Amino acid sequence: MSANMVALAYLVASVFFILALKGLSSPESARRGNMFGIVGMIIAVATTMTLTENWMLIIGCIAIGGVIGTLIAKRVQMTAMPELVAFMHSLVGLAAVFIAIAAINNPVSFGLPAVLPAGSKLELFLGTFIGAMTWSGSVIAFLKLSGRMSGTPIVFSGQHMLNLLLAIVMIGFGLWFFFSETTNWTAFIAMTAIAFLLGFLIIIPIGGADMPVVISMLNSYSGWAAAGIGFSLGNPMLIIAGSLVGSSGAILSYIMCKAMNRPFLSVILGGFGSDGGAVVADDGAQKTYRSGSADDAAFLMGNADSVIIIPGYGLAVARAQHAVKELAEMLHEKGVNVRFAIHPVAGRMPGHMNVLLAEAEIPYEQVLEMDEINSDFSNTDVVLVLGANDVVNPAANVQGSPIYGMPILEAHKARTVMVVKRSMGVGYAGLDNDLFYMDKTMMIFGDAKKVVESMVKAL
Amino acid sequence: MIGDIDPLIINLTIFVLAIFVGYHVVWNVTPALHTPLMSVTNAISSIIIVGAMLAAGPSDMDWGVWLGAVAVTLAAVNVFGGFLVSQRMLEMFKKKDKKGST
Repeated sequence: MSANMVALAYLVASVFFILALKGLSSPESARRGNMFGIVGMIIAVATTMTLTENWMLIIGCIAIGGVIGTLIAKRVQMTAMPELVAFMHSLVGLAAVFIAIAAINNPVSFGLPAVLPAGSKLELFLGTFIGAMTWSGSVIAFLKLSGRMSGTPIVFSGQHMLNLLLAIVMIGFGLWFFFSETTNWTAFIAMTAIAFLLGFLIIIPIGGADMPVVISMLNSYSGWAAAGIGFSLGNPMLIIAGSLVGSSGAILSYIMCKAMNRPFLSVILGGFGSDGGAVVADDGAQKTYRSGSADDAAFLMGNADSVIIIPGYGLAVARAQHAVKELAEMLHEKGVNVRFAIHPVAGRMPGHMNVLLAEAEIPYEQVLEMDEINSDFSNTDVVLVLGANDVVNPAANVQGSPIYGMPILEAHKARTVMVVKRSMGVGYAGLDNDLFYMDKTMMIFGDAKKVVESMVKAL
Repeated sequence: MIGDIDPLIINLTIFVLAIFVGYHVVWNVTPALHTPLMSVTNAISSIIIVGAMLAAGPSDMDWGVWLGAVAVTLAAVNVFGGFLVSQRMLEMFKKKDKKGST
């Protein structure tokens, strides 16, 4: 194929990638969007195939990777999506580093001059550095999300100074690589090693609650890594696809930060939101709360006109989504208007809760976003909070509270509030929740799945 | 005239315009589909497989080719895993659609 034909085919593939993202604007067109993405990828890979000489090797590698990828995609639990995505980001990062190393080793095979010009070196430096950070950062995110590593932030004094110092040293090695007349492997390897280390160090101080931001950010990085490699190889398709992914991840990070009312920088600097639930010193006064049984709750909901269910991560942990669906259906049959309210940061990644409810075959018309439903709480009979805490904490409206200004689901405005929780423990923000001590609130202690199942039985 | 321009500038032009396209397209994605968005973009970022294939391409097999082959495998896991898991998730949104409308 001529270079022009290749470039045109790549342009077609790029357009398909844009259409893929456009398809996701509604659930109806989303599957078609995904198909566009697949078509784009097939065009890109088939075109590139004509430029290589080792067909057998490459097809073999694609087959091996394809089988592994297919098995993973078929078997993964929907609750495990965040760690799967983190795992996949790490692969992109590592592949970017390998490609950059191969390009420095043999620039001619990439259509680059045998002696790398300074511009190419700079681009390879950027691609490698972002790729390496994406890899190590995603590995840590994967370990934290899958529970193989504690979600508690790891902080030590001088952390930020150390990171800054390492970044400066890394840029120093980068400059040395940049200005060396021949290929300076020492500088390149040192720089790559530091980038790997930085990826680890940047993610370890970020707590479990901030994982939605981290995972979006790594999503963004993996795109920039692809774009960086695109610059090195002078390949506009890689640049376009990489930028689409990069901006998508950046937008998601922004949405997540906004939903938590936390400046992006403070999330990245870390140290907030431990998984264990650090107890914040309270005023000491013993507050009283009312606890009830699942049967009482079922009775109240059965007699209500409208019920809003607020699912949180506790629901995902207890794998209660199918039980919840049964509950919603039974209430629906009794003529109760049942809806679900989703906070943007419910779950461990953006939109996670929607997928879990979709998996349980809850019609998506019943699943509403925070902005769509918040005004309806005041004329709702019963709100059922399942494993959510900070996202319904009215302290967000109180000036001086650590979560002041965070947008919340206004559960406290409903006539009756029922909270299913394992204990009176605090949420990720480490704050007590006044909602639990309101007169109209009933606490139901227990595992979300068991409680919901006994509610279904009682109905 | 265009021949005099450094390719870097042309690539930079493409880069900046693509970011704008991404920005506008992604803001239109419904929040309910943010998880599939992430898995689709993840699959798209494995377009890096193109670079890996070039690395694994030359017929004289030095270590760089093998490194490229490993990169092809890693990216292929991502291509298949990313698109298939997105498809699986999006199918769930379909089933519900039918149920909801009946």
